[in-house]
Amino acid sequence: MTFINPSETTNIPTYRVMDSDGVLLDKNRKPSGVSNEEILTWYKNMLTVSVMDVIMFEAQRQGRLSFYMVSAGEEGISVGSAAALTPDDVVFAQYRETGVFQQRGFTLKDFMSQLFANCHDNGRGRNMPVHYGSNYPRMHTISSPLATQIPQASGAAYALKLESLQNPDTPPRIVACYFGEGAASEGDFHAGLNIAATRSCPVVFICRNNGYAISTPTLEQYRGDGIASRGVGYGIDTIRVDGNDIFAVYEAMREARRIALSDGGKPVLIEAMSYRVSHHSTSDDSFAYRARVEVEDWKRRDNPIIRLRKWLENEGLWDEDTERTTREQLRKEVLKEFGEAEREKKPPLREAFEGVYEELTEEAQEQMKELKRILETYPEEYDLRQFKDGINGL
Amino acid sequence: MASLRLPRLIRPSGRRLYSGAASPSSRLNLPIDYKTTPLLHHTSSTLSESLELPGSTTSKSMNLYQAINSALRTALAKSEKVMLFGEDVAFGGVFRCSMDLQTEFGSERVFNTPLTEQGIVGFAIGAAAQGMKPVAEIQFADYVFPAFDQIVNEAAKFRYREGATGVHAGGMVVRMPCGAVGHGALYHSQSPEALFAHVPGVQVVVPRSPSQAKGLLLASIFEHNNPVIFMEPKCLYRAAVEHVPNEYYTIPLSKAEILKPGNDVTLISYGQPLYLCSAAIAAAEKALGVSVELIDLRTIYPWDRQTVLDSVKKTGRAIVVHESMINYGVGAEVAATIQDQAFLRLEAPVKRVAGWSTHTGLQYEKFILPDVARIYDAIKQSIEY
Ligand SMILES: Cc1ncc(C[n+]2csc(CCOP(=O)(O)OP(=O)(O)O)c2C)c(N)n1
Ligand SMILES: [Mg+2]
Repeated sequence: MTFINPSETTNIPTYRVMDSDGVLLDKNRKPSGVSNEEILTWYKNMLTVSVMDVIMFEAQRQGRLSFYMVSAGEEGISVGSAAALTPDDVVFAQYRETGVFQQRGFTLKDFMSQLFANCHDNGRGRNMPVHYGSNYPRMHTISSPLATQIPQASGAAYALKLESLQNPDTPPRIVACYFGEGAASEGDFHAGLNIAATRSCPVVFICRNNGYAISTPTLEQYRGDGIASRGVGYGIDTIRVDGNDIFAVYEAMREARRIALSDGGKPVLIEAMSYRVSHHSTSDDSFAYRARVEVEDWKRRDNPIIRLRKWLENEGLWDEDTERTTREQLRKEVLKEFGEAEREKKPPLREAFEGVYEELTEEAQEQMKELKRILETYPEEYDLRQFKDGINGL
Repeated sequence: MASLRLPRLIRPSGRRLYSGAASPSSRLNLPIDYKTTPLLHHTSSTLSESLELPGSTTSKSMNLYQAINSALRTALAKSEKVMLFGEDVAFGGVFRCSMDLQTEFGSERVFNTPLTEQGIVGFAIGAAAQGMKPVAEIQFADYVFPAFDQIVNEAAKFRYREGATGVHAGGMVVRMPCGAVGHGALYHSQSPEALFAHVPGVQVVVPRSPSQAKGLLLASIFEHNNPVIFMEPKCLYRAAVEHVPNEYYTIPLSKAEILKPGNDVTLISYGQPLYLCSAAIAAAEKALGVSVELIDLRTIYPWDRQTVLDSVKKTGRAIVVHESMINYGVGAEVAATIQDQAFLRLEAPVKRVAGWSTHTGLQYEKFILPDVARIYDAIKQSIEY
């Protein structure tokens, strides 16, 4: 009789293409078979996210928006993985994947409209900041309850699979599903992976393991060999990658996408290792539970943006000057969209009631009338100036 | 470094900030002044009488999260059977309710759990069934739903199912912050008390203030052998400050409290909207010359029907106020009970002032949830019926 003792088995290795100095481990090959122009786009997309993060974090501190979440240190995971998707692929994300939206063409105006919940916001002013959503490329609107998107991703992938069976002319499509290592403790994670395995769904699960779920370190989140080992348990093709290495992330995702579409479809799990450099959100002060030096050490040691920058500089594709002018340019663009989005009107008040059902219920219509009566009876009590069409928006 | 440069980069806005302060011309919908509201014990003098404590009781001024912290500390010190756990509980919790408790009582009884609400509540049920007194924290009421099965099918039915074995999950309390704060949108605003109140077998408690919270939480842990859902209005965590007794004391569950006597209308509410009611009553009594009675239900289920019915039989008019959606809400149950048992004494239909039957869209919160103007209007309509 032999019990398997997990502490005696070897850990799943971490896939890496480039070291922290931006030097390729295998110097004899070009990274990933991607053009330099494309790699420069990735770099600029990471920078854009980073520049926007710094500005919006500060804007929150000034009270200009209620909430914000940065993705500092994790730009490589989101940009690198999204770069391997086609526009027809479908994304379910958690909230720290701004780079996925950026890489897939969400514009600064789209970001800012959502953040200021104005009348151009896809979410109709209903959601908290950073709960972005897009119809095409399809990126389902972020939902705060953790892990709920994971089984949904499996179902969406199954729909894509059936669709391509029923209509072989549709382009091959996968679902990419992002979540944190904390969210992976939810029942929905286990449900989602297991059902994807049993129904052979073309879905790639990308776990961002950044070491923390708010204050809870991974040591208190799970035992065993990370999240990756669970994929193996569910009979799912699995890889662990260095999340600070955008080439490794891109290559893993490209291969995962190929596997997901093979044999009529199957799920894949990627565990991307990183570190949450920032506070959890603007509502959090992480120095209440981790030492400043820990963060400073990490920042100095490794970062996906600096790594790629070093590679670009080694290749003669980037330099100090380009860095400065690009950052300056990005900052201007962000601030321009910021100003315009902040000045824009909020959606009309009827958006408070619409969208609950396909059609307004009789009850909702009566409630809207009652609200209108209140607004008309007590006009001095309500400030409707910000809302499109004022009281007539109801 | 970068952040130091930013204040200059983003020019300060002359416009109103996101928080959407009260309309400049407001007379009713003003921010609640918690420093002067009659609902809080601003000095210790009124405390011992209202809580039926000995005159020698000492007290300290604290806010709601500190009162919860004080109750938890009192409970952990009183019995080794008490445990406290949930997401991010160890460092003090995202709302600071469990601050210092792991240091004081050790990581055996106060600890972080993995991020799984169904796990947390199931774990609590199992521990309670084996005789412990687990206090489980759900980080936000909005995130309790993965645990809905454990609460509805397990905690609530445990005693009934076990029958003659006598085993039950009565030792457990599930705490969760609830309610709106102004910018929580869909998933940081909900008050799901009605969903739990629909389930016989769990007690549902919503305290209105720091001193109430401590007494009700200690009663939930020690005085009742039923699973308790304890919902803490998170907008009061810092805002509501009052004197709270230092020692152990309890406030009975399933007992409402008349906060202010009156003759013409009965207002029934619980949690944060009580402060809105109080402000609306002040305005209505002044402008309309009426006298309004205000009742805090405190326990949503099983609820104190007698106190409510006695009051409505006296005043002849009733208005139920709550933040959560009006459809199939607590107001529906209270109103139906009133019309059933006090029909001939009613001078006007029972009114409900509650959230509209929609989700809490970010920009629309203050139009969706009840405010002072809507409560004032309901009093006026009830009187003028
Ligand atoms: C069901 C549920 N429970 C709790 C929360 C509160 N919450 C928001 S983020 C978070 C931590 C998530 O950590 P992780 O999944 O590792 O993602 P990260 O923030 O590290 O990117 C928690 C507990 C939630 N949003 N949903
Ligand atoms: Mg994490």
